[in-house]
Amino acid sequence: MMKRIHAVATAAVLFTAATTTAQAGATFDAVKSKGFVQCGVSTGLAGFSSADDKGNWTGLDVDICRAVAAAVFGDAEKVKYTPLTAKERFTALQSGEIDMLSRNTTWTLTRDTSLGLNFAGVNYYDGQGFLVAKNLGVKSAMELDGASFCIQAGTTTELNLADYFRANKLSYTPITFDKSDETVKAFEAGRCDALTSDQSQLYALRIQLKNPESAMVLPEVISKEPLGPVVAQGDDEWFNVVRWSLFAMLNAEELGINSGNVDAMMESKDPNVRRVLGLEGIKGSGLGLDDAWAANIIRGVGNYAEAFERNVGMGSPLKIARGQNALWNKGGLQYAPPIR
Amino acid sequence: MKEHVPHPDLPPPISNVGVIGWLRSNLFSSWLNTGLTLLASYLIYLSVPPLIDWAFLRADWFGDSRDACNSGGACWVFVNVRFDQFMYGLYPAAGYWRINLAFGLLVLLAIPLFIERFNHKGLLAAAILFLYPVIAFQLFAGGSFGLEPVETTKWGGLTLTLILSGVGIVASLPIGIILALGRRSEMPIVKSVSVVFIEFWRGVPLITVLFMASVMLPLFLAEGSHFDKLLRAMIGIVLFQSAYMAEVVRGGLAAIPKGQYEAAEALGLNYWKSMGLIILPQALKLVIPGIVNTFIALFKDTTLVLIIGLFDLLGMVQTAITDSNWLGFSIEGYVFAALIFWIFCFSMSRYSQALERKLHTGHAR
Repeated sequence: MMKRIHAVATAAVLFTAATTTAQAGATFDAVKSKGFVQCGVSTGLAGFSSADDKGNWTGLDVDICRAVAAAVFGDAEKVKYTPLTAKERFTALQSGEIDMLSRNTTWTLTRDTSLGLNFAGVNYYDGQGFLVAKNLGVKSAMELDGASFCIQAGTTTELNLADYFRANKLSYTPITFDKSDETVKAFEAGRCDALTSDQSQLYALRIQLKNPESAMVLPEVISKEPLGPVVAQGDDEWFNVVRWSLFAMLNAEELGINSGNVDAMMESKDPNVRRVLGLEGIKGSGLGLDDAWAANIIRGVGNYAEAFERNVGMGSPLKIARGQNALWNKGGLQYAPPIR
Repeated sequence: MKEHVPHPDLPPPISNVGVIGWLRSNLFSSWLNTGLTLLASYLIYLSVPPLIDWAFLRADWFGDSRDACNSGGACWVFVNVRFDQFMYGLYPAAGYWRINLAFGLLVLLAIPLFIERFNHKGLLAAAILFLYPVIAFQLFAGGSFGLEPVETTKWGGLTLTLILSGVGIVASLPIGIILALGRRSEMPIVKSVSVVFIEFWRGVPLITVLFMASVMLPLFLAEGSHFDKLLRAMIGIVLFQSAYMAEVVRGGLAAIPKGQYEAAEALGLNYWKSMGLIILPQALKLVIPGIVNTFIALFKDTTLVLIIGLFDLLGMVQTAITDSNWLGFSIEGYVFAALIFWIFCFSMSRYSQALERKLHTGHAR
């Protein structure tokens, strides 16, 4: 039964995809004419998208929506958010209910090819990691031979862990739980030596410990979970706008342009900086945007480092280290093609 | 002759009256009961003092960030800070008065319905059923009379729970009655349509209905013609609940003796008159507990909309606990939501009991 539903859903998605392909530029035009970006976000994920005390959406995923709005309209506030559950997210994109999806979505071959979607980039390199008590004295996952692990049941986490330990010829004992709350409680009560989950989650779980400083996240990352914004196939111009909004934030960080110094940087003599700020080079014409598109992103949202630190990094309660999300020239994976 | 003066009655043994007597007959009447009493007291001793300690004695009540929560008990600061969101969802704060006005208006309109001597109840009820929803919708959604438009994705919290359950209750009862009558009808088409409808909707779980409404339906609609997610969920809930309501009402119809139907016909009443004046008033009175039961279930079922990304009271709580500034206060949020749900469900249940007593005419079996 499930299989058949799946088949119908896939067929429906493909059908919709086929019909959208016919009208290129439709999404971009629609966005421009309605005056805001309709952005699908998570219904709640610490640091990535959640509503604050005032009801404003904040988070790293939310900032991508705001960056796109800043690029198109020069105003980062011109976004309307559609909170979506994991099951609904692709349908919402396919049916045109939302213009873009920025909802901690892992980029995989299946999703990129069979759903009529395009991944516009990676705004967070996530991956499975380990949380251990500091007093265990462990510095690397390789020292965890024979340890017991608290895991959330029914997730790929379990499979990744099995693969990793088998490949390294280590033994372990899994202890599974249904809810993340229970997993944390069990870890806190000492029922397991380590807790394993996606790294971004580990930091969120760590805050929930009575004494967060008593636990640490190990440096090993044992799976690839590149998370990024997604758009529907069929509007390449819109795809470019979303993709380059993200690249602009990364380029700005690389060149040291931030929301504080963007106006001062207008005086810069560095041709790279001048090209990003739309003072020379191709400016905004390639994307069909205002020349100041990238400057508007930096002014309204900030560069990637600012968004990262504010939402998930040291400026937030999560205190996630840059790690794989550092720029390519600082030992990380974040690499954006040049704006020129 | 000496008059016989009977001895004054001895007072009943101390072990049969007063507190001791009550304890003896209710709690310690046998070895089994004594054992159970002791066990229960022990369980209460184990659970209640720590609960009170957590929820009241060591709790933090006021503040504006998690730093205010350092006494180790419940952090009601979290509920305090988020209270408006739990009530109004993500609705813009400047528009809270519109929601308050809409609900205030409903209460004001409904008061005369409970006054015995008020004579125009039918007219007023019709106004509440047909006119009020239009006014309330204008207030909630805005867009006219100079009100700022507020899209339905921003509706949430207790407001959304009340809207969903209110619409569900008001719409499912009449549809349910029609379906119940249809199912007992002798007209083959009417009957089979009703049966198929009822059995179809009762045969699928509500969660499936909501999923279909939110995930599958948009795929089958023409490109670009998507209609509101809240509306889709609402229609799903109404159709689902009216099928259950139909079966409850049918139970009432079946309990009315055949003589009542025949008497109605003998009076020369047509179908609608005999149903409206004789059968339904009796049948509905019989099934008040069943109807209210369905209402309460519906009220609690509305929380399922959180799986399609609508923020009802529970969904709002779940979103609030993922704010990285407030991580780890899920228990406080859930306790608060549970308390609100309990208050509403308990009031509904008390109201239904009062209604039963009021309509009691001595025929109750």
